[in-house]
Amino acid sequence: MSIIVEEPPAAPSTPPPPERPSLRQSNVSFSRRLRDRLATGLMGLSFIVALTPLLFVIWYVVTNGASQISGDFLTGDIPFQYRAIGPGMGPAVAGTILITGVASLMAIPLGIMAAVYLNEYGKQGLTARFLRSLVDVMTGVPSIVMGLFIYSIWVVRFEDQTAFAGSLALGCLMLPIVIRSSEEMLRLVPDELRNGSTALGSHRWRTTVRVVLPAALPGIVSGAMLAVARAAGETAPVLFTIGIVFNGRSNWKLFEPATNLSAQIYRNAPQPFPGAVDRAWGAAFTLVAMVFILTLGARFLSRRFATEVS
Amino acid sequence: MDSSPSLTHRDRGARIDSAFRWTALLAGLTVLAILVLIVVSMTSESMDAFRESGWKFVTSTKWVPNDPDGPQGPKTPEFGALTFIYGTIIVSVIALVLAVPVSIGIALFTTEVAPRPVQRAVTTVMDLMAAVPSVVFGLWGVAVLVPAIPGFYDTVADWVSPIPGLNAIFGSGGTGRSFMTAGIILGAMITPIITSLSREVFATVPRSDKDAALALGATRWEMIKGAVFPHSFGGIVGAVMLGLGRAMGETIAVALTIGSSVQIVANLFSSGDAMPARIANNFGESSGVHRSALIGLGVLLFGITILVNVAARAIVARAEVRFRGVA
Repeated sequence: MSIIVEEPPAAPSTPPPPERPSLRQSNVSFSRRLRDRLATGLMGLSFIVALTPLLFVIWYVVTNGASQISGDFLTGDIPFQYRAIGPGMGPAVAGTILITGVASLMAIPLGIMAAVYLNEYGKQGLTARFLRSLVDVMTGVPSIVMGLFIYSIWVVRFEDQTAFAGSLALGCLMLPIVIRSSEEMLRLVPDELRNGSTALGSHRWRTTVRVVLPAALPGIVSGAMLAVARAAGETAPVLFTIGIVFNGRSNWKLFEPATNLSAQIYRNAPQPFPGAVDRAWGAAFTLVAMVFILTLGARFLSRRFATEVS
Repeated sequence: MDSSPSLTHRDRGARIDSAFRWTALLAGLTVLAILVLIVVSMTSESMDAFRESGWKFVTSTKWVPNDPDGPQGPKTPEFGALTFIYGTIIVSVIALVLAVPVSIGIALFTTEVAPRPVQRAVTTVMDLMAAVPSVVFGLWGVAVLVPAIPGFYDTVADWVSPIPGLNAIFGSGGTGRSFMTAGIILGAMITPIITSLSREVFATVPRSDKDAALALGATRWEMIKGAVFPHSFGGIVGAVMLGLGRAMGETIAVALTIGSSVQIVANLFSSGDAMPARIANNFGESSGVHRSALIGLGVLLFGITILVNVAARAIVARAEVRFRGVA
């Protein structure tokens, strides 16, 4: 290797070395030390470079968005005209919660069951390995393709854009994420627990339901929360599937057209009217707050889980 | 359980066990079902456009949904996606060029340099960055970055104008909505993904390799060059390709900042369009063959991202196997 090209350790072969070589940093040649410091500095700098856009985005979202938030903003109707000034994102807030919630109700149980199959039954068998690679493939499917998929298979068939269609699209997006993270967590459960349960006479399903799943629960919940956060912020899958509403009449109705925060941001952001852009910032603040709470909650849970397991 | 369980006969529990197993397998198989349905339903919905355009769908640069009052009167619609494929590649490459060095830097910083508490803080920040919705980056891009950046572009364009080659890539002009603007935002969005993947790759370098390098008198940077990089090259290539797959499919932030013009130009500061952005911006007011062509773009995007992802995973898997063989 090229590491020791400069300054090979001077080790006289025959007579015993009079002095031990000094291992202090100051004994390393200046140019090598300089290069080391420079590289370390660049690594730290790259973190700062990556931090910049995040801080910028948070700063603008907070300064432009926080002042928009009020009871009226969170529950009032959306103005029908972009140029109107003033609050109203109620249907979008309700839509985000409803659509993401129903998507989670579909994707999380299904994902956990699939993970149970992969880790408790299939293991390294052919079926399980095949399914795992399919999950990888599905993770890579772009979110807009999920939207087009549900449009092609559901909206075209029933000629209706509904909140439920949006939930289907978001559910498809969440499913592989939930499977991956749940399987990862099930793998962390020590085999001693399984063997103990089996030795007491439990069947595998009982072991899974009573011992393995409870042990992995905090980790699974944490992974599911990250998936929910991801889905709540997605725009592309809902653009063609949920339609658009402005008033609160169809709030919380699953089989009616709906709207959500991300779709509203997308519609309002490029408008030349300050009223619309202000509403977009307000919606962005609401959405980012929701997503960050979910993400930080998930991290908190997963850290507690990690210390518990080890 | 009060009665002692039978250890030799199949009892009720065994039947439940088998039912449970099949339910779980069925849940796993929904993934297969969804993937098959994606291919079948989207291909059938886009058949009209594919039949009309044939191979021109991927080789032509003309995208004319309807042109009722063209110079020669009404024309039949034409659909060639090459412009959008070009745009997707350009924007993704810009994003990668910006994101990869930064991501690898952060990954090295967390695995090799930073003490525990700093490591945790960096990971939290990266998680939050990954959690910021695409549309929020898009809103920031269109409301803050787009108005602010044309001056910067003009300065760069002036600066490189005497240099042939560079002055074609960094030309002046434009409204701020451009390949470059979209690429910068996309770069910020894929940084956390590439960072966390690279971190996992660097974490697989054996402690003994690193200790050996340090024991030979290497500085930390020399240790990274000599022990960490050679070991993780394959994994990093895979991580970058997974980032590329994500960048190509990213829709909303690009849709808001790329400028939506159908043109192939070398100038990175001028506007263009990418596949997912074209779908998002035009689907609402499309109908008939146009809509079918947009779904066709989706099929194309699906195919390309799947190829990139599968190739990436194959590279990662091969690299892992080789490492195991060595260690």
